[in-house]
Amino acid sequence: MNQKHKMTITHLFTHALEICESFLRQPRIMAEKIYQKHKMTITHLFTYALVICAYFACQSMIKAEKMTLSLEGQLVPICAYIVLAVSLNLTVGISGELSLGHAGFMYVGAITGVIASMWMRYAFTEESAFFLFFENMNIDFALVRMLISLIVAGVFAGIVGFIIGIPVLRLRGDYLAIVTLAFGEIIRNIMTCLYVAVNKKTGALNFTFNNSDIPSKDFKLFIKGPTGITGNSPKIATFVIGIGLVLFTLLIVQNLINSRTGRAIKACRDNRIAAESMGLNVTKYKMIAFVTSACLAGMAGALYAANFSSVVPSKFSIDTSILILVFVVLGGLGNILGSVISATVLTLLPELLREFDDYRMLVYVVVLILTMLITNSPIVKSLIGAIKEGAKKLFARKNTENGANS
Amino acid sequence: MITFLTYLINGLNIGSVYAVIALGYTMVYGVAKMLNFAHGDVIMVGAFLAYCVCAYLGLHPIIAVLGAVIGCTILGILIERLAYKPLRQATSLAVLITAIGMSYFLQNMAQLIWGSDTKSFPSIIQGDAIVLFKTVQDGVTKTLTLSPINILTMASCFIIMIALTLFINKTKMGKAMRCVSEDKGAAELMGINVNLTISVTFAIGSALAAVAGILLCASNYAPLSPTTGSLPGIKAFTAAVFGGIGSIPGAMLGGILLGLIENLGKAYVSSELADAFVFGILIVVLLVKPTGLLGKKIHEKV
Repeated sequence: MNQKHKMTITHLFTHALEICESFLRQPRIMAEKIYQKHKMTITHLFTYALVICAYFACQSMIKAEKMTLSLEGQLVPICAYIVLAVSLNLTVGISGELSLGHAGFMYVGAITGVIASMWMRYAFTEESAFFLFFENMNIDFALVRMLISLIVAGVFAGIVGFIIGIPVLRLRGDYLAIVTLAFGEIIRNIMTCLYVAVNKKTGALNFTFNNSDIPSKDFKLFIKGPTGITGNSPKIATFVIGIGLVLFTLLIVQNLINSRTGRAIKACRDNRIAAESMGLNVTKYKMIAFVTSACLAGMAGALYAANFSSVVPSKFSIDTSILILVFVVLGGLGNILGSVISATVLTLLPELLREFDDYRMLVYVVVLILTMLITNSPIVKSLIGAIKEGAKKLFARKNTENGANS
Repeated sequence: MITFLTYLINGLNIGSVYAVIALGYTMVYGVAKMLNFAHGDVIMVGAFLAYCVCAYLGLHPIIAVLGAVIGCTILGILIERLAYKPLRQATSLAVLITAIGMSYFLQNMAQLIWGSDTKSFPSIIQGDAIVLFKTVQDGVTKTLTLSPINILTMASCFIIMIALTLFINKTKMGKAMRCVSEDKGAAELMGINVNLTISVTFAIGSALAAVAGILLCASNYAPLSPTTGSLPGIKAFTAAVFGGIGSIPGAMLGGILLGLIENLGKAYVSSELADAFVFGILIVVLLVKPTGLLGKKIHEKV
C-alpha cells in the first residue's frame, strides 16, 4: 500500500511540475524570440539606460555630498572621453579605418568652440535683443552659449574632417593610419601658432599668427599660441550638458550603424571589392563615417575645453589619440557599449589609483598588447569557438524540445 | 650663400640620420609587411644604452656604440618574438595597434628606468671642425664649417647604405629576405626559414636604429629623454613612405630629401610650422604617387 501511494505522489508531483513549467515556458520562448528579433534595439536601449542611470547615480552622490571634488571634476572630461571613444569606434570599428588623428579634430572643436563662446560672451551684452530673448524665456544664457559653441565646433570639425577625408580615404591600411597621424600633427602645429583675441566692448575677433599684432587696449587674448587656451572662465560646461552630448552621440552613432547606410559602411569594411562590385560608393560611405566621427570629436573637444579655464596644446597630441584608441580597442572594436564602459573605467581608474600614477601608462599599454595577443591567439579563438558551439547545441536541443512539446 | 650652404649641410646631416632610421622601417615593412611603430623607441633605447656605457661605466665611445648595437639587436628580436610573431595571421589593424602599444611600452619603461628629465649626451667624437670656406663681408666673418660629427654621420650613413645593398643582393640571407618579401608562402615551400628571416630583419633594423639613435643624440638634434625617438621615428617613417616603402635606395633618398626639406623649410618658411611642412609634403607625395618616389606599383588581386 505504502509503495503504491508513493508512486501516485511521485506521479502527481511530476505532473504538477510539468504544468508549472508549461506555464513558465511560454513567456520564456516569447522573451527569447523578442530578444532574437530586436537584439540590437535592446542593446541600444540598454546603453541609453546605463548612461541615464549613471547620471542619476552621480547626481544623487553629489546631492549626498559623497563625491570627492577631484572625482566631480572628472565628470565632464569622462563625458568628453566617452563621446571621443564612441566616435572613434565609428571610424575604427565600424568603418575599419585606423585613424590616429582623432585628437586633431578634438583640437579644432576646442578652439572653434571657445572662440564661439567668447565671441558670444562679449558680442551680446545684457541689453541686446538676443540676450533678452532667452532671458524672457527663462533660459540661462550660458547654456545657450555652450550649445551654440558645441554646434559651431561640430560644424567646423566636420568641415576639417571632410577636407582631410578627401585625400585620406583614397589611401588604405597603414598609409591611411600614418596620414591621419600626420594631419593630426599638422592641425596641432598650426593651432599652436594661432593667436585669437576678442574686443571686450564690441566682441570683434582678431585672428593672427603673430602675437605682437594684437592691440592690447580693450582686447582680451584667449588663445595664446603655444600656451593654448587661457582665461576661458567662468566654466560653461556642466555635467547635464555632458550627459546630453553623450546621449546625442549614442543616438547618432547607434542609429547610423543600424541604418541602411551603416550596413553599407560595414560592407565596405568587410570586403571593399565585393562592396564596390555590388554598386556601393565606397568613398562616400567611408566619408560619411569619417565626417560624422570628426564632427562628434569636435563637439567633445568643445565640451572638454569649456570645462577648464586653460588647456595646453599637449592635451591634444598623438598621446591623446592613442589613449582614445586604447579605450576603443579595450571596449571592443565596433562595440559601442564597450567603448562607453571602457572610457569611463579607464578615466576613473587613474583617479582611484593615484599612487600608481607612474605605472598608469605602462599598465595601459601592457593591457593593450595582451588584449591584442589574446584576442588574436588561435588557442583562445578555438576555445571561444568551442564555447559558442556548445552553447548553440544546448540552445538547439532546448528549442527542439520546445517544438516537440508544443 | 654661406648661410644657405650651412642649412644644406645641416639638412644633409639630419637627413642621413633619417635615412638610417628609414632603412630599418623599410626593411621590416618589406619583409614582415608590418609597420613597426616601436622602431622610433628602439632608437631611444639605443641612445640610452650608449649613454649608460659612456657616462656610468666611463668606457670608450666605440664600446658604447657596440654595446648599444648589441643591446638593440637583442631587444629587436625579443619584441618580434614576443609581440609580433603571435600576430602573423592577424589583421594589419591588430598588428599596428600592438606595435603602437609596444612603442608606448618602451617609452614608459625608459621613463621608469632613466627618469623623464633630459640628459646631455656625451660627445662621441673629438676634433676641430674643418673650415671649408671663409668670407668677410661688411666686416662680418662668415665661415662654412664641417664638424667631425657631420662627417661621421654622413660617412656612416653612406657605409651602411652600401653594406646593406651588398647584403641584400649578394648573400644567401639577403636572397631569403627578398623571397620572403615577395611571397611568404612560396618562400616557405622553397625551404626558406621564414621565421628566422624575419628575426634577422628585425635584428638588422634594430641595430641600425641603435646607430641612428647615437648619431641623432650626438649631433644635438634632440636631447636624450624617453620621448626622443618618437618624432624622428615618425619623420623617418614619413621618409620611408616618401621614398617608397620597401625599397632601400628609396629610404635613403627619402631620408635625405626630408632632412633637406625640413631644414630649408625651417630656415626660409617658418620655424614653427616646420613639422607641418614635412607632414604636408608626405601627404602631397602620397596623393600624387601613392607608392612613393621609388616604390613599385602594387596590383590588387581579388
